[in-house]
Amino acid sequence: MSEEVLQQASPGLIPGSGTARAAKPTRLSPSFISWLQAGPMMLVFLAFFLIPLVFVVIVSFWDYNEYQLLPAFSGRGYTDTFEGCIAQLPDLCTIGKTYVKTLKLCFMVWAITLFIGFWVAYFLAFHVKSKTWQMGLSLLCTIPFWTSNVIRMIAWIPLLGRNGLVNSGLVKTGLINHPLEWLLFSEFSVVLALVHLFTFFMVVPIFNSMIRIDKSLIEAAYDAGATGFQTLVNVIIPLAKPGIVIGSIFVITIVMGDFITIGVMGGQQIAAAGKIIETRVNALQFPAAAANAVILLVITFLIITMMSRIVDIKKEL
Amino acid sequence: MTETTRTTGVSRRTLLKGTAGLAGFAAGSGAITGFPYVKSAETKVLRYLGTAVNEGDDISKQCLKDTGIKIEYITATTDDVTKRVMTQPNSFDVLDTEYFSLKKIVPSGNILALDARKIKEFDNITPVFTKGETPGGKKIGGQGTAPWKVLYLEGKDSKKFATSATEFVTLIPTVYNADTLGIRPDLIKRPISSWSELLNPEFKGKASILNIPSIGIMDAAMVVEATGKYKYADKGNMTKEEIDLTMKVMTEAKKAGQFRAFWKDFNESVNLMASGETVIQSMWSPAVTKVRSMGIACTFQPLKEGYRSWASGFCVSKGVSGPKLEWAYEFVNWFLSGYAGAYLNRQGYYSAVLSTAKAHMEPYEWAYWMEGKPAEKDIKAPDGSLLEKAGAVRDGGSYEDRMGGVACWNAVMDENDYMVRKWNEFIAA
Repeated sequence: MSEEVLQQASPGLIPGSGTARAAKPTRLSPSFISWLQAGPMMLVFLAFFLIPLVFVVIVSFWDYNEYQLLPAFSGRGYTDTFEGCIAQLPDLCTIGKTYVKTLKLCFMVWAITLFIGFWVAYFLAFHVKSKTWQMGLSLLCTIPFWTSNVIRMIAWIPLLGRNGLVNSGLVKTGLINHPLEWLLFSEFSVVLALVHLFTFFMVVPIFNSMIRIDKSLIEAAYDAGATGFQTLVNVIIPLAKPGIVIGSIFVITIVMGDFITIGVMGGQQIAAAGKIIETRVNALQFPAAAANAVILLVITFLIITMMSRIVDIKKEL
Repeated sequence: MTETTRTTGVSRRTLLKGTAGLAGFAAGSGAITGFPYVKSAETKVLRYLGTAVNEGDDISKQCLKDTGIKIEYITATTDDVTKRVMTQPNSFDVLDTEYFSLKKIVPSGNILALDARKIKEFDNITPVFTKGETPGGKKIGGQGTAPWKVLYLEGKDSKKFATSATEFVTLIPTVYNADTLGIRPDLIKRPISSWSELLNPEFKGKASILNIPSIGIMDAAMVVEATGKYKYADKGNMTKEEIDLTMKVMTEAKKAGQFRAFWKDFNESVNLMASGETVIQSMWSPAVTKVRSMGIACTFQPLKEGYRSWASGFCVSKGVSGPKLEWAYEFVNWFLSGYAGAYLNRQGYYSAVLSTAKAHMEPYEWAYWMEGKPAEKDIKAPDGSLLEKAGAVRDGGSYEDRMGGVACWNAVMDENDYMVRKWNEFIAA
C-alpha cells in the first residue's frame, strides 16, 4: 500500500505532463497529446490503485461475521477499532498506543536513514570525482538488495542473539558479564533492521538531487567566503531538498505499513499499525482490516501532505 | 481408470514408473510443483490445499505410484487456508484443514462433505474421532472444538453440524497430535511438570508462546488453570470475562518481561529454541524433533494438566464433481490405507486409521512410537536421519497415555472476534 501512497502523493513524477515538444506543428492539439501520454499511467493508476482503494473504503463500512462480509452499512470496523478509547482516557487505548509506537519507530528510522543517507549521497556526489566510480559505488549500495528481504532480516538473529556473535564477543573480551538482552527482539533491533533495509531509499533520491547541483554555485559560495558548514546549510541542503523529501516519503510510507520486519525483529512483541491489519485479515474480519487500512492511509497521507507543504516537489522538479 | 485401455504399447505400470521417477527428480531439484507436465491419457491431478503438516514429497510420490493421481500441493498457514476457502473455493480440489476451522468453513458453504459409505476404512477410524475415547477406552477431554462435535453434517448440503452420526462427514480425519510445552532440559536442569512453569519468573525473558490467537489463548488458558487462578467451564469457549481474565494474566507476565519473543511459524519456534533464546515455550512435536536432530537437547514435556490437542483431515471443494470427485475419494482412501499413516506416525504425529499404519511399520517402530516402549533399534526419521538411539523412550509415552491425557482441543470460540481484539491488545501491551 505504501508505494501506492507515494504514487498518489507525487503525481508530478508521472511523465508527460505536457511541457515537452510543444513546438512541433501537428494536427493534434497539444493537450490531447499530453492526455495520450499520461493515459496509460492514468489507467494503471485507476485500475490498480484508485478502484481498489475505493473498494477498501466501501468494505470498511460493511458488517461482518465469522466467515463472511455482510454488505450492509455498518461503522463496526471503526467502532471496534476504537473500542474503549474514550473510557480509558487519559491512558491511551491499544490502537492509540500502537500508532504512537508505529510513529515513534517511523520517526527514528526516518531520522537515522536521513542522516546516513545524506552523508553517503554527499560523499558520492561531491567527493567521488569520476563518473565511473560514482556509478560503481552506487551499484555497491544495491548489493544488500540482491538477497531477499527476509534473509537480510533473519541474518541479524545469529549476530545479535543471546548467544550470538556480538554478545559472545563482548562477554569474551570481558566488557560485560551477562549477554545483552536488548540487542535482539527489541525496538533497537527493529530500528537497526529497518535502517539497514531502507537507507538505500534515502541515498538514491538525495544523490540524484545533489548530482544536479551546479558545482559553480559551491565555488561561488567558497569565493564569497562561506565556510564549509555555511555552504552546506545555505547551498547544498536547500538544493537537495526535493531528494530529501522524496527519500523521506519512501522511508515513511514503507515503515508505516511494515509489519514483517517489526514482527521478526521485534519477536512479535511490538505492535505496529500494519500488524493490526494482518491479524484482522487472518481472523477473516475484512471490514475491520479495511477500516484499519483506511486509518493508516489517512495518517500516512497527513504526514506526506505536511512534508510536501515544506517543499513543493512539483516546482522543485 | 477406463482410459487405461487407450494407452498404446506402454503399459500403465511402466508409464507410471517413469512419471514417478520424473517426480522424484523434480522433487530432488526443488521444483516440486513445477515439474514437466507429462501428457498422458490418464493424468489425474488434484490440487491439494493445506498446511505443510501432511504434505510430504514422499507421500505424493507414493500416491502417484499407487494410484496415478498427481498431487499438486498448495501450502499455506492455517489462517491462510481458511481465508482461501472463503474467498477462492475454486482454487483447490482437496482441502486439508483442522477441525477447529470448520466452525468458520462449514457455514460458508464452500466445502463438500464426503460420503462415509465411500470411505473404505471409515469404520476403522480411531474412536478418538468418533466417540471421544481412546481405543483402550480412556475418555478424552472435550473442551474446545473437539472433532466429534463437528464431524458430521445433517445432510449433503447442510451447513449445520449433526449431533449424531450421519453419512456426511465434514472432514475425514488424517492426522492429529497432543501438544504440550517444549523445554531445553540442558538449560533448565530440573524436572518440569506443570503448564504454570511457562509463567514462572525463573524463566523471565526465556519463555515464549505462539502468536496465533486461537491456539495461543488455549495455551494461555492451560497456564491460568495450572496456576490455580481460575477454572474454566470450557477453555475453548470462553465468555468475555474469561477472555479478559486470561489476557490480564498474560499481559502482566508480558509487561514483567517474561517472554523473549512470540513465534508464528515452525521455523521461528525451532530457531528460538535451538539458539537458546528461549528455554520453555509452546511447541509442535516435529519442531521438537527438528531441534533434537540438530544435536540440541529438547523435550516435548508431558505435563500433569494434560495436553492441548489438534486434528486435521480431508474434504473437497464444493466445485469438485464428476471424475475428479472420484479421484478425491480414491486419494482419501489411499491416504488411509497405511503408507501415509505410517509416514506420519514416524514423524511423531498419529494416523487416523491405526491398523493400516501398523501394517506399514516395523514392529519395533510401532512399539516405540505407539506403545511407549524403549526403542529396540535406532529410530530413524522418514528421511533416514537418526532420531533416537536404541533404548530411548518417546516423550509422553504411549498413544493411550498421550491421547488419553488430552485436556482440550484447538478451538474457535463464540467470542472469537472479541478474543482476537484482546489478543491484539496483549501483543501491543
